[in-house]
Amino acid sequence: MSQSRIMPAFRPTISFTLFYLSLVVLIPLSTLVFKSFELHWNDYVDIITNKRVLAAFRVSFTTSLGAAAVASFFGFIVAWVLVRYSFAGKRFFHALIDLPFALPTAVAGIVLATIFQPSGYLGQFLKQHFELQIGFKPLGIVVALIFISIPFVVRTVEPVLQEFDSRMEEAASSLGATRLQVFTKIIFPNIFPALLTGFALSFARGVGEYGSVIFISGNIPYVSEILPLLIVTKLEQYDIAGATAIGLTMLIISFVLLFFINVLQHWVRKRSGQI
Amino acid sequence: MSILLSHISKNFGDFSALHNIDLEIPEGELVALLGPSGCGKTTLLRIIAGLEQADSGHIFLNGEDKTAHHVSERGIGFVFQHYALFRHMTVFDNVAFGLRVKKKEHRPNEAIIAKKVHALLELVQLDWLHDRFPDQLSGGQRQRIALARALAVEPSVLLLDEPFGALDASVRKDLRQWLRNLHNELNVTSIFVTHDQEEAMEVASQVVVLNKGHIQQQGSPADIYDYPANVFVSKFIGQTNEFHLHRHTSDWLKQTGLHIPQESDSIAHVRPHDIEIINALDGNSPIILKDWQHLGALIRVELTKKLHESEPKTLYAEMPNEQFKRLNLTRGDRVELKIRQAHWFNSL
Repeated sequence: MSQSRIMPAFRPTISFTLFYLSLVVLIPLSTLVFKSFELHWNDYVDIITNKRVLAAFRVSFTTSLGAAAVASFFGFIVAWVLVRYSFAGKRFFHALIDLPFALPTAVAGIVLATIFQPSGYLGQFLKQHFELQIGFKPLGIVVALIFISIPFVVRTVEPVLQEFDSRMEEAASSLGATRLQVFTKIIFPNIFPALLTGFALSFARGVGEYGSVIFISGNIPYVSEILPLLIVTKLEQYDIAGATAIGLTMLIISFVLLFFINVLQHWVRKRSGQI
Repeated sequence: MSILLSHISKNFGDFSALHNIDLEIPEGELVALLGPSGCGKTTLLRIIAGLEQADSGHIFLNGEDKTAHHVSERGIGFVFQHYALFRHMTVFDNVAFGLRVKKKEHRPNEAIIAKKVHALLELVQLDWLHDRFPDQLSGGQRQRIALARALAVEPSVLLLDEPFGALDASVRKDLRQWLRNLHNELNVTSIFVTHDQEEAMEVASQVVVLNKGHIQQQGSPADIYDYPANVFVSKFIGQTNEFHLHRHTSDWLKQTGLHIPQESDSIAHVRPHDIEIINALDGNSPIILKDWQHLGALIRVELTKKLHESEPKTLYAEMPNEQFKRLNLTRGDRVELKIRQAHWFNSL
């Protein structure tokens, strides 16, 4: 520690950080790990490679990644509109974005399930005109997760877009770049790290999401059953070891994926001189 | 390439930023758009570039009406006050940008681009920084890179918006000289915006003085300084002492040896270096020496004039150090003045 810091608060702040991390993150997570040690390795492998569990893994991770990708795309557009244009009711829309944060996810889930189930308003319409069923399918899970995760993307991209120096665009235009080139070569590369963060947050939220998904998904084993539901089911049967085994595996996969996204982000930042 | 602006007007809401501007700039000139902040000079530059649209009027570049052309099709180079370098690209990629976004049939191959970029970086003497990012450069370096980037597309007109505004005084001084030399070398028609009259006089071959959306005067720096068209230009360019002519002042000015030409002109502007100080022979002179400041080779003398019951007025005179020493004056001494010449203006 150098003596010349303006804020002499390294000790108290690092102590608090470690205390907080231990209490809220490390201790519960290590309990999860220790609890799963009660299982024999072979039992663990059996639980994880169970066909129904594997199907749930596939459903959970593909829908989360898919929803995060779609949410990133539309969230970017929403952030763009909110930052770049002024229109009537802008403040209202601004407040509306955060609503999925505040709404109990079960409420969102029930509403979505009501509209998108095959006999619901939108469900009927889509079925008749596009032969598309959303409720009780993985697609329904994606719809619910998009609803939940768009605010993460909007709120991470928005400040970066706001800070973006629009004179860079003017400079690019004056050098002969077309609108498309200005977007792909100037705006997007500057926004991309923030967009990745939004993607990672959306994905992380999506993997763990329970309330909004279970109503619309229909929870059909091998088709639309998600991992959190499987964990709850196991807990209801007092199969705590089985639940921890699935939980721990989810944790590892999520950690690896998030780590990979972070590395990608670091690489992008480094390549574009932001660190 | 010559630039011709005809009847350019621009309003922002109720505020009239530019009012019926007519301006002709011959090929190869280095022109300063000079004026106080809010006078419309940056707006005018942005309208020429196509970054802003005029409400009415036309822009001709080399005789061609470019009013409706997008900024990317005007063949201009624009340098921003805060550089606006692409912060996610290296210096090399910044300069190469304009070449790489060209349509396929006009785009040179990478080898030619590399050669050209390095040549431009040599020109601005910064080739050794080619793999750095803009955030790692100093202000002066960034501005030179911004200039190299604008020159890469071989613009027929170079537009610079307060190019030295964000730099230290010493760096600014160097860059001014350097820009002048560069212009002599390349001879591309250039317009730069500045609020600093010294900078305009030092760098430009032509100065256009703007105020409140109107062009006040256009001419060479010497013309503008020696023959200011109106009170605003005279006050804005260099320092000046202002005398409103009523009876007492008029009598006093005659005593200083100034020739008063006609009665209709009633404001006299006198440059500090046109005032000569003489030791007073009697103690009745209304002029008292108050203080002085060293400005390098010159001394600026602060004088107080008190005529009868009127308010005391501060005057400034300038003279070489040596001359001031010979006068052997101290604070509070009474002096007499000799005024060599003045610029006369109507009071309206």
